Amino acid sequence: MRSSVIVRLLLAVPLLFMSPLLLASSSWDMTPGVTDISSQVFHLHRTILYVCIAIGLGVFGMMFWSILHHRKSKGAVAAHFHESTMVEIIWTVIPFIILIGMAIPATRVLVAMNDTSDSSMTVRVTGSQWKWNYEYLTYDDDKSVGVSFFSVLSTPREQYERQGKGFGASNLPDFKAHPNYLLEVDKPLVIPSGQKIRFLITADDVIHAWWVPDFALKRDAVPGFVNEIWVDVPVGKEGIYRGRCAELCGKDHAFMPIVVEVKTKADFKQWLAGAKVQAEADAKAAAASVDYKYPSIDVAMKEGEAVYVARCAACHQVSGAGLPPMFPALKGSKIAVEKAHLQDHIDIILNGKNAMPGWKAILTPREMAAVTTYERNAWGNATGDLVQPSEFAK
Amino acid sequence: MSAEAMSHSTAGQGHDDHGHHAPLKPFLLRMFTTTNHKDIGTMYLVFALLMLLCGGLAAMVIRAELMYPGMQLVQPDFFNQMTTVHGLLMVFGAIMPAFTGFANWMVPMMIGAPDMALPRLNNFSFWLLPFAFAILIGSVVMSVLGMGSAPNFGWTFYAPLSTTYGPASTDFFIFSVHLMGISSILGAINVVVTIFNLRAPGMTLMKMPLFVWTWLITAFLLIAVMPVLAGVVTMMLTDRHFGTSFFDAAGGGDPVMFQHIFWFFGHPEVYIMILPSFGIVSAIIPVFARKQLFGYPSMVYATASIALLSFVVWAHHMFTTGLPLAGSLFYMYMTMLISVPTGVKVFNWVATMWRGSMTFEVPMLFALAFVVLFTIGGFSGLMLAITPADYQYQDTYFVVAHFHYVLVTGSLFAIFAGAYYWLPKWSGHMFNTKLAQMHFWSSLLSVNLLFFPMHFVGLAGMPRRYADYSMQFADLNFWISIGGFWFGASQLFFLAVLFTIKRQPKASANPWEAQEGLEWTLPSPAPYHSFTQPPEIK
Amino acid sequence: MGRKPSPSTQSRQLRWLAIGVVGMFAFAVFAMPPIYRVFCELTGLNGKPTLANAQAKPEAVLDRKVTLEFVTSVDAGLPWTFRGNLTSVDVHPGQIHRVSFQVENLSDKAVIGRAVPSISPAASTAFVKKTQCFCFEQQTLAAGQVVEMPVVLYIDPALPKNIKTITLAYRFYRQPDIEQKI
Repeated sequence: MRSSVIVRLLLAVPLLFMSPLLLASSSWDMTPGVTDISSQVFHLHRTILYVCIAIGLGVFGMMFWSILHHRKSKGAVAAHFHESTMVEIIWTVIPFIILIGMAIPATRVLVAMNDTSDSSMTVRVTGSQWKWNYEYLTYDDDKSVGVSFFSVLSTPREQYERQGKGFGASNLPDFKAHPNYLLEVDKPLVIPSGQKIRFLITADDVIHAWWVPDFALKRDAVPGFVNEIWVDVPVGKEGIYRGRCAELCGKDHAFMPIVVEVKTKADFKQWLAGAKVQAEADAKAAAASVDYKYPSIDVAMKEGEAVYVARCAACHQVSGAGLPPMFPALKGSKIAVEKAHLQDHIDIILNGKNAMPGWKAILTPREMAAVTTYERNAWGNATGDLVQPSEFAK
Repeated sequence: MSAEAMSHSTAGQGHDDHGHHAPLKPFLLRMFTTTNHKDIGTMYLVFALLMLLCGGLAAMVIRAELMYPGMQLVQPDFFNQMTTVHGLLMVFGAIMPAFTGFANWMVPMMIGAPDMALPRLNNFSFWLLPFAFAILIGSVVMSVLGMGSAPNFGWTFYAPLSTTYGPASTDFFIFSVHLMGISSILGAINVVVTIFNLRAPGMTLMKMPLFVWTWLITAFLLIAVMPVLAGVVTMMLTDRHFGTSFFDAAGGGDPVMFQHIFWFFGHPEVYIMILPSFGIVSAIIPVFARKQLFGYPSMVYATASIALLSFVVWAHHMFTTGLPLAGSLFYMYMTMLISVPTGVKVFNWVATMWRGSMTFEVPMLFALAFVVLFTIGGFSGLMLAITPADYQYQDTYFVVAHFHYVLVTGSLFAIFAGAYYWLPKWSGHMFNTKLAQMHFWSSLLSVNLLFFPMHFVGLAGMPRRYADYSMQFADLNFWISIGGFWFGASQLFFLAVLFTIKRQPKASANPWEAQEGLEWTLPSPAPYHSFTQPPEIK
Repeated sequence: MGRKPSPSTQSRQLRWLAIGVVGMFAFAVFAMPPIYRVFCELTGLNGKPTLANAQAKPEAVLDRKVTLEFVTSVDAGLPWTFRGNLTSVDVHPGQIHRVSFQVENLSDKAVIGRAVPSISPAASTAFVKKTQCFCFEQQTLAAGQVVEMPVVLYIDPALPKNIKTITLAYRFYRQPDIEQKI
C-alpha cells in the first residue's frame, strides 16, 4: 500500500536529521581546537546544536504523529479549535527563556575573546592577493623584533591546475606527495606556546580573513584598518595548525592558506634568534645583490624564468598571455617590448600599480632584474635588453 | 463541495464578462502590452522559471567543478563568476519574481478586486526584468566568449573587491541591479495600493487571507530597503568612476561601511524572500488538514514582528569584521530574538495539523516539507546567531547550508506548493498527479543529499566561494555534487507537469475543497476579468 | 464599481510611497555615510582618531603605564619608504610624547602621498589625543627627498584600565599627481 511506503519514508527522515548526534568524535563536526577559548566556543556550538535538536525532535515529533494519526484515510475527523491565547503565550515565553539561557554563556565567551591585554608578543598579519605576510613586532622585552616574511601556498601549481587533463578520479592531485594539499606554505607563522600572542590583522588590497579553526580565531583583514585578536596556545599543544582565508578576495581565494607552527618557548626563542640572523643576512644579500652583474642575457633569463613562474605566472600566465583586461598580457605588450618604457617596466615591478603588487619588499634587486630581463626577452618579445640589479637600487 | 455552499457570496464571478469581451489580442502584442494581472502574473512566473533554470545551470558548473579536488574544469576566476551569477539569478531573477507572480495572480482575486490598482505600472514593472537580466546574462556570455570577466565578487559584491578591483562588467552589473530594483519597488507600490484600496467591501484587514497579509508586509519591506540597495550600488559607481571614496580607505573611506549599508538592505531582503512563503503555506495547510489556520491574529503579529526586527539585525552578517563588543552583543541578542516570532509561526502550523483530518495531495506534500526543512534552516540560523560560535561558522559551508535550506527547501518549495495548489485555478486543469509526486519525492531526497552534508563540510572547515579544496572535504563534496545534479534533473518533472497540463482532466472551481479563499468561488480557469463586481463578504 | 477610492486617496498614498522610496535612497546615499562617520568619530570604533585640542594641558598619571606600538606600511604604487624611529614605547597617560617618522621618496619625480591612521584596539581610539599629526594631509616629496614627520600625542588618563597596549598603524597611499606647469 502506498501509504505504508510513505510512512516508512517519513520515518527515515528524522533519522537522517538525528545524524548530528553521531558527530560525537567525527571529523564532520567543528574542531574543539587546542585553546581554552576554542574549547568554550566548541561547547557553545554543541549546546546550541543540542537545544535545536531537542526542539526539532519535539516539533517534528508532533508533526509526524499528526501525519500518521490525524489523517483522513485513518478516519480522523477534524477538530474545530483554531486559537488559544494561553498556548500562544506559552510557546512565545518558553523559547524566549531558552534563548536567555543561551545568551548568558555566549556573552561570557565573547567578552573573554575581546580581551587582548597583557600579551607577550605582537604579530602583524597582512593579507594580500594571494598570500599572507607576517611581521613580528614585539616579543617580551624586545620592542623591535624586525622579522617579517611572506607565507605563500607551496602546493605546486601543476597539482591544482588540472584543466583539460581529464575529469574525475583519474585526474586527482597527488595526495600522497601532498597530504596537506592546499594547506601547506613555504614559511609558516611560528609562535610560542604558553604565552599570549596578539595579532594585528590588516590587508593590502581587498578584504581577506584570517582563520585558524583550532584557535577559533577568525577576523577580517580590512585594507586601511587594523583588527586585533589574541591566542594563547597551552603548553603541551605544540604542533602545526592549518587555516584558510575566509573572505572572497579574488581568483585565488582558495589558494592562500595559513600554517601556524607552535613551538615551546625555548624552541621559539631559538627559532626567533635564527630568523633574525637570517633576516639580516637576507637584507645584506638583497642589498649586495644590487652590485651583482649578470654576465649574459641567458643567465639572467634562466633565473628570471624561475622567478616569473613562482611569482608572476599566477596572473600573467606562464605563456605571458595574461587574463585581460584584469591581468594584462606581457607577451607583445608595450611596457615589455618598447625601449621607451623600460623605466616604467622597472617602476611597476618595484612599486606595483593598482591590483599589481610592488615587489621591492619581496624580491631582491637581482631577482627583479632577472625577471624583468626574462619578460623583455621571452615569448618572442626579444628586445635584447639585459637589465642589471643596479637599476633596482632601493 | 460546490461553490454555492460556500459562505462567501457568489455574486460577481464575472461569468458574463467573458462573453462580452473583445477577442484577445495576438499573442506577442498581448505579451508586451497587457495590463491584466493574470497575464502579468503568468509572465513573472514563466520568467522566474527560466531564471531558475539559468541559475541552476550556473550551480551545475559549480557542483561539477567541486565534485572532485583539483581545478579540473574551469579557471578559478570563472568559478567565482559562476557563484556570483548563481546567487544573483536565484535571488533577483527566480525567487523574487516568482513571488511577485503569485502576488499578481492571487492578491486581486483573494481580495475580490478586478485587477491591481495600477495595471500599466504593473506591465512596466515586469518588462524591466528581461532587460535587467539580459544585461547580466550578457556579461556571462561575453565572459564565455573570452571577452572579459562577468561579475566575480559574490552576489554580496563587497568593496573594494567590487569597486577598485571589479572587472569592467561591474558597471553593467550596477545598471542591471538598478533596473531590478526599480521593478521591485514599483511592484511593491502597486501591491500596497491595491491591498489598501481595492478590497471588497466587508473585507477588513484582519479578514484578509494570510498570503495577502504577508505580501502587504513584504511590499513595505521592499519599499524601505530596495532604495538602499540602489543607493549602495550608486555609491559603488561613484567610487569607481566619479572620484568618491565611500569605501576606499586610501581616500578616507571604509570598506566596512559598505557592508553596513549593504546588509541594511540585505537582511530585510532575505525576509522579503521568505514572508510570502509563510503566506502560501498558511493557505495550504488548513485546506489539506481540513482545519482552520491556528491563531490567525498571532500569525499576522508574528509576521509584522519579524519584519520590524529584520531592520535591527543586519550586522550579524558582519561578526568577523571587527565589530565592537557592545555591537556584537546587541546584534547577537536581536538575532536570537527574531527566532521567537518565527517559532510561533511554525508552532501554529503544527497546531493547525494537530487533530485535523489530513490528506497528502502534492501541494500539501511540499507544504509539509517546507515546515520541516525551513525549520532546520531556522535552527542553523539560530546557531549562526551565537557570535563566538559564528567565528567558526562564518564564511563556511555551514552558512551556505543554512541559507539554501531556508531559500530552496523554504522559499522554492513554498513556490512549488503554491504552484501546484493554484495551477488548477490558473490553467483550468488538474495537473498530472504521478509526475507531480515524482517531482516532489525526487526533489525532496535530492535536495537533502545536496544541502545537508554542507553543514558537515562547513563545520569541518571548508570555506565558501572556494574553487578547490583540501583532501578531507573530497568525499562529502562528491555526494553533494551528486545531490546537485539529481536535484537539477528532478526539475524536469516539474517541466513535464507544466507541458502536459492541458491534456489532463478539467478542474472544478474548488478542486481542493477549500473552505476559505475568494479565488475558489471563481470557475477554473479563472475568467480573464474576474470580480468586475465586488463579491459580498460576510 | 462602487468601491474605487477617490483619486485623491490613491494619489495621496502614491505620493507618500514615492516619498518613502526617494527618501530611503537619499537616506542611504546622503545620510548613512555621515551617520556612520559621526558614530565612528564619537566612539572611535573604526580606529580613526581625530586631532585633539592643541591647548590641552593634561596631567601625567605616573603610576600607570601604557605601551604604544607604531606600525607603518606603504600602499602599492607609492615608491616611498616609511619608517618610525620607534616600534614601541612605554608612556604614562597624560604625558606628551613626540614620535618621529622618516619618509623617503625613492623615485625620480615628485610624488604626493597621504597617510591614513588606524588605531587598535578600537575602544582606545577616543583616548589617543594627537595634537600634531601628518595624517590625512597631502604630503608632497620631491624626487629623492627625505622628510621627518612627527606625531605629538598623549593618552587620555580616562583610558579604560583594561587597555594596556595601543597600536597606531599608519599607511601611506599615493595621491594623483598634479601636473607641473612650467
